[in-house]
Amino acid sequence: MIDTAVRVLKPTTPEEVQALVAEAGAAARHIEVVGGGTKRAIGAMDPVDVVLSTQRLDRIVDYAPDELVLTVQPGVRLADIEKLVASRGQMLAFEPPRWTRLLGARGEPTLGGVLAANLSGPRRIRAGAARDHFLGFAAVSGRGEMFKAGGKVVKNVTGYDLMKLMAGSWGTLAILTEVTLKVLPAPRTETTLLLFGLPDVRASEAMALAMNGPFEVSGAAHLPSFAARARPLKAEMPTTALRLEGFEASVAARAEGLAAALKGYGRIDALEGKHSQEFWNQIREVEAFAGDPRPLWRLSLPPAAGWRGPHGLPGDALYDWAGGLAWLLTEEPAAKVRAVARSLGGHALCLRGGPAFGPRDGALGALHERVKAAFDPLGVLNPGRLEGGL
Amino acid sequence: MHMPAPDPALIARKGEIVRALRKIVPGEGVVSEPAGLVPFESDGLSAYRQTPIAVVLPETTEQVSEILRWCQANGVKVVPRGAGTSLSGGALPLADGVVLGLSKFNRVLEVDYANRCAVVQPGVTNLGVTAAVEGQGFYYAPDPSSQIACTIGGNVAENSGGVHCLKYGLTTNNLLGCELVLMNGEVVRLGGKAMDAEGYDLLGLVTGSEGLLGVVTEVTVRILPRPETARALLLGFATVEGAAATVGDIIAAGVIPAGLEMMDNPAIRAAEAFVGAGYPVEAAALLIVELDGPEAECAELTGHVRALAAQRGADFVRISNSETERLAFWAGRKAAFPAVGRIAPDYFCMDGTIPRGRLPQVLTRISELSAEYGLGVANVFHAGDGNLHPLILYDADIPGQLEKAEAFGADILKLCVAVGGVLTGEHGVGVEKRDLMGEMFDPTDLACQQRVKCAFDPGLLLNPGKVFPTLHRCAELGRMHVHRGKLAFPELPRF
Repeated sequence: MIDTAVRVLKPTTPEEVQALVAEAGAAARHIEVVGGGTKRAIGAMDPVDVVLSTQRLDRIVDYAPDELVLTVQPGVRLADIEKLVASRGQMLAFEPPRWTRLLGARGEPTLGGVLAANLSGPRRIRAGAARDHFLGFAAVSGRGEMFKAGGKVVKNVTGYDLMKLMAGSWGTLAILTEVTLKVLPAPRTETTLLLFGLPDVRASEAMALAMNGPFEVSGAAHLPSFAARARPLKAEMPTTALRLEGFEASVAARAEGLAAALKGYGRIDALEGKHSQEFWNQIREVEAFAGDPRPLWRLSLPPAAGWRGPHGLPGDALYDWAGGLAWLLTEEPAAKVRAVARSLGGHALCLRGGPAFGPRDGALGALHERVKAAFDPLGVLNPGRLEGGL
Repeated sequence: MHMPAPDPALIARKGEIVRALRKIVPGEGVVSEPAGLVPFESDGLSAYRQTPIAVVLPETTEQVSEILRWCQANGVKVVPRGAGTSLSGGALPLADGVVLGLSKFNRVLEVDYANRCAVVQPGVTNLGVTAAVEGQGFYYAPDPSSQIACTIGGNVAENSGGVHCLKYGLTTNNLLGCELVLMNGEVVRLGGKAMDAEGYDLLGLVTGSEGLLGVVTEVTVRILPRPETARALLLGFATVEGAAATVGDIIAAGVIPAGLEMMDNPAIRAAEAFVGAGYPVEAAALLIVELDGPEAECAELTGHVRALAAQRGADFVRISNSETERLAFWAGRKAAFPAVGRIAPDYFCMDGTIPRGRLPQVLTRISELSAEYGLGVANVFHAGDGNLHPLILYDADIPGQLEKAEAFGADILKLCVAVGGVLTGEHGVGVEKRDLMGEMFDPTDLACQQRVKCAFDPGLLLNPGKVFPTLHRCAELGRMHVHRGKLAFPELPRF
């Protein structure tokens, strides 16, 4: 865990960030990089000499709704960004989660943090992840160099796609100082179809059937009965939810087609408008698992195998991403959870109660170390955040 | 355009190199006689040609691994090649290198409908993936114009786009995993069938790296259920401004069409003369708008788009009433390049992206440049995402015209960058835009990218001469310049 006695620096310009990182390198110091600090509970870190917060790099640089492009500094709060784009009928289509209540964190997530952790919500299955909307950036590498990559237009293949590398690097390569994202029109309306009482394997089939038809499902989740009790669902049994979004006529037509395709799965109910939104916010935030003291795992698996993961691991599970994302509360040993995820063709991330990331070995592990060294050869930034020397 | 000077010592070792490759790939998998090498001399950027030392066509990942390991140990450069349809010279051979062709990796290994993905070898064509899954109502979304010929491996290397990438994304947004062979022969698997992988997103990094980081030997792609219906509109305008404003209006109305294309008058005329798609040859600009989804949605949005176009003065409107008609609307656009090829002996296809709002200004400047250089130009444009394809017409048999066309193209790309855009939207940097990288990136930006190259290929043997204007030795890039002495920002709190 982070030593709270460590000094927190809050640079206000990219040049200040650059100076601080360059000096840290020269003095063999280590820096922890934070945005809102809401994901610090995930994983461990080697001791650092100073915390560098991006909170005061919080300018909105340019928002061009007609170009579907937004450029901001990384310390801008996610909530503020979402309010801004909503005012023009747009959204961050990857539906980034906060996980603040889930992790018992205080503070406000920032856009830089969302990108550094590549956080994506239920709409991931249709719209892609944070990394798919990350168009360009400026940053300071662990070498203390200011550099940029990508561009400020929605389509670009000039040079290496370093945006993909930054997304999900947890601040171990560079400190973002400006980011450009693709924004998209927000849907006019949404409807969620609900199926009840399905065992996990049947729910998995139903979700695959919905995903494989021309219904453009933008959320597919399955909840055990304890998780389905909360408002707005208030169901006392396992519940499977399928979200449809878009123009009114289109949503109505797709809902009708989907309901017909699912008629072998029993009674179908629907959540409309605000209730649907409230429900998917709970899925996005994994509300059902907030406050539980057991170790919390996020299993990323081939969707059809999703339900199998938790079945080998005693505990409580719920599913998002049509089964491709399994949330699991379990006391089973970390090595076992990772082994099960790996055997099914995926991986496991521990959000609470254990080492977050698994070991990397062989050629792939060595390649990771060389990539880290390309940007941060002295290990100045977030040392050990990704474990295994990264 | 100049390639790095070849190493005569390597060329002199041809016999030894061919023998070593034959040991790894027996039989006809190694091409070394001059006549056999001719088809590999160039790719889709046919202005540039070069005969390689040899071409090797392996059939297994193990062979690829052995070839790369041997080449690294012996300092031999390697140029990977799919179908050779690159428009930026990505597969242009080197006089002192071997070409590694993946054409024998042509099998679809697995279609997994439950997980909505297909595992294919890199030599499978783009359209071949769709062909393997369309019986079950699925397709592979990225659709570069060369999709009948271009391969998935090449698509990964170039991060290929297509007319439908506005709504469905580029190659990078439609990949789940790959098997990659590094220059040292090591084989790594990146991603799989899950929606994300642990550690750095090396799959995303490798996609679009133009064959400089590794050789892809297996690809897992996402497949999508076909939309219920698709409908296309042809909208003709008397002014470019009217067409450009309509594009902005469509996006502002919250509509993301499956395709949103623009052609200027010379492109309309060339396409119409070639395929007779029914385009309005008097129009200054033509929009092709495709809407897909449920019938109800297509009907609603078609009406919407039509009304927006009318407000901007569209005086030619056709709406497809059948699948045949929709494909006919596209036939002209998809054949735009060969159509232009009929009206001039040679052409260069440029590929910059601009903020869409700058389109009228950029097109005006391009026609001024056209007059200054005395070379014709036709414009096709992925209007929805701002990706411009000016086709510069020239005649390579007239001395000086190639150089003039290169200079004209460079001016267009500089203009794209100057208005806030980029050098390439989907064709890649290759050799074509290599020397313009400095327009977009400063030396530090390029050094950061080159260090990534060094992490994958420290000997700089994989596809050198592409993407980077100058390849610095990795040892030189690795140095840390630490400035002690004077502190910047003395007022800042310190450690």
